[in-house]
Amino acid sequence: MDWTAFLLSLKLSAWTTVLLAPIGIWLARLLAFRVRRGKGVLEGIVALPLVLPPTVLGYYLLLSLGGNSTIGRLWTGVFGHGLVFTFQGLLLASMLVNLPFAVQPMQRAFESLPTDVREAAWVSGLTPFETFWRVELPLAWPGVLSSFVLTFAHTMGEFGVVLMVGGSIPGETKTAALAIYDRVQAFDQSSAGLMSVALVLVSVAAIAIVNVASSRVGRRHE
Amino acid sequence: MSDPSLQVALEQRGRIPLDVRFACAPGRTVALIGPSGAGKSTILRSIAGLYRPDVAVVRCAGSTWLDTARGIELAPHERRTGLVFQSYALFPHLTALENVAIALGHVPRAERRAAAIALLERVNLNGFEARRPGALSGGEQQRVALARALARDPAVLLLDEPFAAIDRRTRRHLREDLLRLRSQLRAPIVLVTHDLDDAIALADEIVVIDRGRMLQSGPARDVMTAPASDEVRAILDLSTPVL
Repeated sequence: MDWTAFLLSLKLSAWTTVLLAPIGIWLARLLAFRVRRGKGVLEGIVALPLVLPPTVLGYYLLLSLGGNSTIGRLWTGVFGHGLVFTFQGLLLASMLVNLPFAVQPMQRAFESLPTDVREAAWVSGLTPFETFWRVELPLAWPGVLSSFVLTFAHTMGEFGVVLMVGGSIPGETKTAALAIYDRVQAFDQSSAGLMSVALVLVSVAAIAIVNVASSRVGRRHE
Repeated sequence: MSDPSLQVALEQRGRIPLDVRFACAPGRTVALIGPSGAGKSTILRSIAGLYRPDVAVVRCAGSTWLDTARGIELAPHERRTGLVFQSYALFPHLTALENVAIALGHVPRAERRAAAIALLERVNLNGFEARRPGALSGGEQQRVALARALARDPAVLLLDEPFAAIDRRTRRHLREDLLRLRSQLRAPIVLVTHDLDDAIALADEIVVIDRGRMLQSGPARDVMTAPASDEVRAILDLSTPVL
């Protein structure tokens, strides 16, 4: 069992989920409440990582984050080292790949809120932020939580993009999914099996969390 | 001295035409009456800040809430309106008490609970504090919505078809409650209805509206006895006098 890889996967998943949360909520509310014209185009862009082959996506990320790219040069200028084959580069790629998993469930949840309930909040004297915090977020919570859990679980298992952008460097970018592949290649079935079980447990736990939370909120609204 | 009454002037062409001008003094009730789709709710929404007509002036309690010519537009939460939605629009995740307390932002935090309990008592809902909207009947939900609207300490109370979705008995009770409330409340009340009986029972003045246009306004009795046109007669469902 490669604990370093497993802990790295947990770290990557946690950071991706935490950093994507505000961006995802902002984008989801934008799509649910504000954007009218060009909504289809924006939704399409958000959904793109779902349909692109991970290796293709990884290839383009490698190009756009690499040492010759604008982003890569800017990053090197500020931090003194490149972005690809580092944890930070991996995190950035992971955030982009997970955009649809973060945005879509939340967007559906915000869209399902009755317009007059939001209006009632404003008329009751709540500022737009108070309305978000005290009315929208509690009511959309199952969708928001689904987003977090999906993002986390998906990052734990991501393979193609991680391999392309991260390059499987132990302790830096070699995640559990890459380690499993690595162990299988080395005919180390017991390690591969152990780590696979660990990933299965994380996935099952994720689904359980979403189900329990959704049913709790459902009961609360009855 | 600033004018404490509600003054509304709305004009708009296009898909949702509007041409309405009326005023309502504190303690008085105006009923907007007209067929469904006449634009009554749009007028109410314009007062509350949920809709912005092309050309509009809304003044209330001495302050200007909306003046398109002068570029003044207050957000809904900056206007002191109490709006009872036709659908009630209660917050389903909050108890009756929390639904009312959330509109008490202007009251010190420590006093909100007591104030919310008092408001629920005022609409005859003592004992219902801990219930969520899902566990309340339609009539009870409407009372919570009314208590929430009053919690705002409104400079104008807006009622959107309050009788639309309730049975006859509840309707009679609600009418009595609103009459009682009207005598206590020192704020203008604007009531939207398509029912003449409700308008006569509750309003000092009625404004007859069709396709966004104001056809006639005045004391209910005057409008009924002397409808200005056949259109008004038809909307109020008055029989044509035999000459």
